[in-house]
Amino acid sequence: MDTESTYSGYSYYSGRSRGSHRHGERSRDRHKPRSKDSRSEKSVTINTPPAEPLLGDSAVRGEQVQDDNWGETTTAVTGTSEHSLSQEDIVRITKDLEDSVGLDCRRYFTLTLAVILGLLVFLTPLAFLVLPHLLWPEKLQSCGTACEGLFISVAFKLLILLLAVWALFFRPPRAGLPRVFVFRALLAVLVLLFVVSYWLFYGVRILDSQDENYQGIVQYAVSLVDALLFIHYLAIVLLELRQLQPCFSVCVTRSTDGEIRHYNLGQLSIQRAALAILEHYYCDFPVHNPALLSASKSRAAKHLAGLKVYNVDGPGNNAAAGLAHSQSRAMIAAAARRRDTSHNELYYEEAEHERRVRKRKARLVVAVEEAFTHIKRLQEEEQKKAPGDVMDPREAAQAIFPSMARALQKYLRTTKQQHCHSMESIQQHLAFCITNNMTPKAFLESYLAPGPTLQYSRDHWLARQWTLISEASVTSGLKDGSIFLLKCVDFSLVVTTKKIPYIQMSEEYIDPKSHKFVLRLQSETSV
Amino acid sequence: MSTYTPGQPVTAIVQRIEIHKLRQGDNLILGFSIGGGIDQDPGQNPFSGDKTDKGIYVTRITPGGPAHEAGLRMGDKIMQVNGWDMTMVTHDQARKTLTKKNEDTVRLLVTRKSLEDAVKNSMGTYPRQ
Repeated sequence: MDTESTYSGYSYYSGRSRGSHRHGERSRDRHKPRSKDSRSEKSVTINTPPAEPLLGDSAVRGEQVQDDNWGETTTAVTGTSEHSLSQEDIVRITKDLEDSVGLDCRRYFTLTLAVILGLLVFLTPLAFLVLPHLLWPEKLQSCGTACEGLFISVAFKLLILLLAVWALFFRPPRAGLPRVFVFRALLAVLVLLFVVSYWLFYGVRILDSQDENYQGIVQYAVSLVDALLFIHYLAIVLLELRQLQPCFSVCVTRSTDGEIRHYNLGQLSIQRAALAILEHYYCDFPVHNPALLSASKSRAAKHLAGLKVYNVDGPGNNAAAGLAHSQSRAMIAAAARRRDTSHNELYYEEAEHERRVRKRKARLVVAVEEAFTHIKRLQEEEQKKAPGDVMDPREAAQAIFPSMARALQKYLRTTKQQHCHSMESIQQHLAFCITNNMTPKAFLESYLAPGPTLQYSRDHWLARQWTLISEASVTSGLKDGSIFLLKCVDFSLVVTTKKIPYIQMSEEYIDPKSHKFVLRLQSETSV
Repeated sequence: MSTYTPGQPVTAIVQRIEIHKLRQGDNLILGFSIGGGIDQDPGQNPFSGDKTDKGIYVTRITPGGPAHEAGLRMGDKIMQVNGWDMTMVTHDQARKTLTKKNEDTVRLLVTRKSLEDAVKNSMGTYPRQ
């Protein structure tokens, strides 16, 4: 499966809304699923889940039938069924379709530029050395010992430069960022200017005048390679070392359920900081579970539905805005005064839910422990003796799975996690635990608490397309108090920054001989 | 110092000392520190002859202070303050008796070893019960 993550191609400034309601019609125009050609880079995918063709078929069918059947063939926003596609998925897919074409061109463009620059840089010293031999070989002084020693030095320095550039720049890209990476662009321009100036000098002073001093030319080439190594040092410092020292503490909050994490970052631009935060997000934040949020939404709906406001003063009294204001104020006042028992319901509901979860968990633990006792690992010697029912881990897992399947499924339903784990993945995990001699408790841990998003299967990484929303330019550096949003289809991450303060430390010397003590004889009071 | 036998009245050679309190800001101070009391550990008292003596002793005198000028010396045992007994009081009670805010002077009865020695030398015999 190819893997690629893209940020949307521009900073999201204005309210150009890509609301999901607009794409309801568009989704039905797509007849074939989108697929991307694979690349070897390793990053996060925006890919169509395998359930894709199902939607395509039903959409086609829906179009051919009358409009009053539209309700039956539209997918609903549920989180429970494995094969339905929610509205958010449709938005995601269509966005992916529109944005990816432009970004591919950009990536190829930068890649070719980089390759051309690299070739130019490596071939220049060689060209400097070879051109005199080609153009005026008879006038050229022969190369003495010192000069030949310089050849070795050029060769090794070029080799080191090659390895260093490969190590620093030829790594698989982790993501596509909205704006160009400023430091890299600056370095590329610097290298280009540098090489061009060297070529100018070479062309004017050496090629035109056909200098015979070959040693001087070789030394010139060596100085070029030295300078390139120093530029590479500059690149390391700017690109890698500068952001290592932590300067800012960022607080990342998920907007839907309020999960908060804090990270330390160095001096980075906003887009690079966003990238670092997203990589931490996939490893640290527990997976986003929309099913857990439905309870608070229903409570909010009940609050709103409880009151109606009537205007008894007559229609001509207030202006429209004043009317709205007075209505909302009246609603707030009435809500405050109303004897609301919803807190009571919430308390009892939560207590009941907790009790139910604990009961199911107890049944689950017992079932799993019992299931694990049914299989035993065969030792080497026994393997030769016992011919009969020898199973490999997968078969063993399939054999004991039915006895715990019901308890596990009930538990997952109660904690609203059933869409995170498919039967296949559970059996795979069971086989894995059996192979590695894990206890039943170790097997259960991954189901008892939600793990980080990376742990779940690919089609559950619901958000791969992220939008960076920021008031400051995304290539500007992080500052104290800068706030930006990372929006994906289901939720957004709100990021705030605080600068780590400057610490003034002073020194106090204590002579080790100065530690002296006396006994307190009695309490003594001055009068 | 006189030994104390329970049930018998205590006798001692005492000196009457009158100290006028000095006003320092909000406080009236006497210029010495006391130690001892029935709630303290008598074994740690460096001034008492008898290490079971739980009386109130003067542990420090501020040089030039009112107590020093009145003749109080370090190591004195305070027997009475303004008529109040100091031989069987807690440390805190002693402090409170000495630092009453409505009294400007305190009249102490103090005893010390040198007093008894002086009397013994002059009289020849130690007064017995």
